[in-house]
Amino acid sequence: MKQFFTFVRKEFYHVFRDRKTLLMLFGLPIAQILLFGFALTNEIKDSKIVVVDYANDPASREITQKLAASDQFELQSSLMSHREIEAAFRKGVVNLAVVFPANFNSDLLAQNSAQIQVIADASDPNKANTLTNYVNNILRDYQQERVNETQLPYQIQPEIRMLYNPELKGATNFVPGVMALVLVLICVLMTSISIVREKENGTMEVLLVSPFNPFLVIISKAVPYFVLSLFNLTVILLMSIFFMGLPFEGSLLLFYAESSLLIIAALSLGLLISNSTDSQQTAMLIALMGMMIPTMLFTGFMFPIENMPMPLRIISNVVPSKWYYIIVKSIMIKGLGFSAIWKETLILVGMTAFFLFVSFKKFKIRLA
Amino acid sequence: MVTLENISKTYNEGALTAVDKVSFEVKKGELFGLIGPDGAGKTSIFRMLTTVLLPDGGNASVNGLDVVTGYKEIRKQVGYMPGKFSLYQDLTVEENLNFFATLFNTTVKENYDLIKEIYVQIEPFKTRKAGKLSGGMKQKLALCCALIHRPTVLFLDEPTTGVDTVSRKEFWDMLKRLKVQGITILVSTPYMDEATLCERIALIQSGKIMSIDTPAAIIKAYPEPLFAVKSEKMSVLLQDLRKQESVKSCFAFGEYHHLTFQENSPEVQPSLRKNLEKLGHAAIELKEITPTIEDCFIQLMNH
Repeated sequence: MKQFFTFVRKEFYHVFRDRKTLLMLFGLPIAQILLFGFALTNEIKDSKIVVVDYANDPASREITQKLAASDQFELQSSLMSHREIEAAFRKGVVNLAVVFPANFNSDLLAQNSAQIQVIADASDPNKANTLTNYVNNILRDYQQERVNETQLPYQIQPEIRMLYNPELKGATNFVPGVMALVLVLICVLMTSISIVREKENGTMEVLLVSPFNPFLVIISKAVPYFVLSLFNLTVILLMSIFFMGLPFEGSLLLFYAESSLLIIAALSLGLLISNSTDSQQTAMLIALMGMMIPTMLFTGFMFPIENMPMPLRIISNVVPSKWYYIIVKSIMIKGLGFSAIWKETLILVGMTAFFLFVSFKKFKIRLA
Repeated sequence: MVTLENISKTYNEGALTAVDKVSFEVKKGELFGLIGPDGAGKTSIFRMLTTVLLPDGGNASVNGLDVVTGYKEIRKQVGYMPGKFSLYQDLTVEENLNFFATLFNTTVKENYDLIKEIYVQIEPFKTRKAGKLSGGMKQKLALCCALIHRPTVLFLDEPTTGVDTVSRKEFWDMLKRLKVQGITILVSTPYMDEATLCERIALIQSGKIMSIDTPAAIIKAYPEPLFAVKSEKMSVLLQDLRKQESVKSCFAFGEYHHLTFQENSPEVQPSLRKNLEKLGHAAIELKEITPTIEDCFIQLMNH
């Protein structure tokens, strides 16, 4: 047992004395969360719009005001003609233009129908769609108000509730994703590199020619990264709760238990990689290429898996982080208990057991 | 006590034979040297004996334990210092030593008497990272780490490669003192001049043992008289000597050329001297010498 603790302490020395490892270990998660939290967001806020108001009557002014007041839009200026709109689009200073024809209010009153032109920059189709939807919603609101004044005999009023994430924050979606990404990357990368480093430096040879059980070498290598990963997880969790206002509805214990499961799965994957390579560079490349891309693609936090073609949807099932992502979302955001996620947990347990089995099976007690 | 019987090792699925049916025996408490150039198979033999490499054929045992089946026991009993410096460069001298002591279920205190003489030399640097030590210091630290659990057999794979002459001499002095403690030492080296420091040596070349004996006996077994020649123009002299009919073999050796004659009659020496003078060589020095291990090695290699 004393051997084991000495070995673990030695591993901690390695981690804390290597600036590159430290940076990777603690810089990467923080950078990821900041990147995904603030820079890479698919929410659309403060899009610049222009209004061309040929009518300039009470109705058009009221709608313009509503547009300006919404979070999504930032009214740039009121332009005088169509020609200016095109110039503004070309310069790329606006994303959307709203044009009120002359006699807008009187048309509305006299004919019960009036037209508004909405012009969007569709070079980014998703954004154009989202923006025109926002405009539609604002117009519907306005109509609703006017209809209420006149009292029609019947009407259908949709009552929309956004469950779990009423403010439609993107963070709720990707924080669990970033957690999965960071845990998988750090664990796979760090374990594989640290074991391969012993091989490269020749220390593995000395360790093998000692009474110390080779399997304990592996376990004592995994322990520091397990502890550090839990620390990282806590940092991400605190950051997302206090800086991004994410809820934490479920059980903290369950959350850490499930996270530990993913960490163990990732650690055994790292071990598997270290068994099949002898150079740190190769290990790093396999870990990065083999882990980062599938995790990004198939976890579901960047690209919805439901939208993928069948073969990719099938592939996504073998990515452990996909299941972890579902689990974390259920615990954190929805506040569900174990009964809701036992299936995903079981899959993750199965994967972990498989990886552990294969990597221990493949572990070499000799050099070649 | 180490025995090898027809041990073989091949790489690349048999395409490359690194060790070819090697047999020898190292007695208890002996300082045994495995002498040969790079690529002769020394490291492969060491790795098979320390159980980190499986032999492809033959049997070997350390302390009576088979290297394949008894690997767990062997790993507890032997000390191994691989050719490449294999300690943790980012740990200090002290941390390295403590780590290896704990790894072998012992403490530095317990076996301090064994390493004391070596350790006092590096003790002033005990808080320095191992990676920042000089080559000689690194070797001393590695030796301390290999000795800390009082092994019965010590395997040292090229311990003096890349170490300066003074440190090399110190290192061999340390080995002699360890031998007094009753530790069996198996050491490999590419430096022929270190061979005479061993009690018995095996000369190895291309995976084959060419000769095993005490250094003195190997020198004694040199089959013919050996001469050293010197003149003012050494490179021309070598070419001229090789053209002489009476000369059997000739090769450059430090400041002399070493040569043997086809026939060793009393008149060969004066006639060679005459021939060389005719070819314009001045200040010719020609004398019979005792062969060195390197001479023996070259002679055996060419045979």
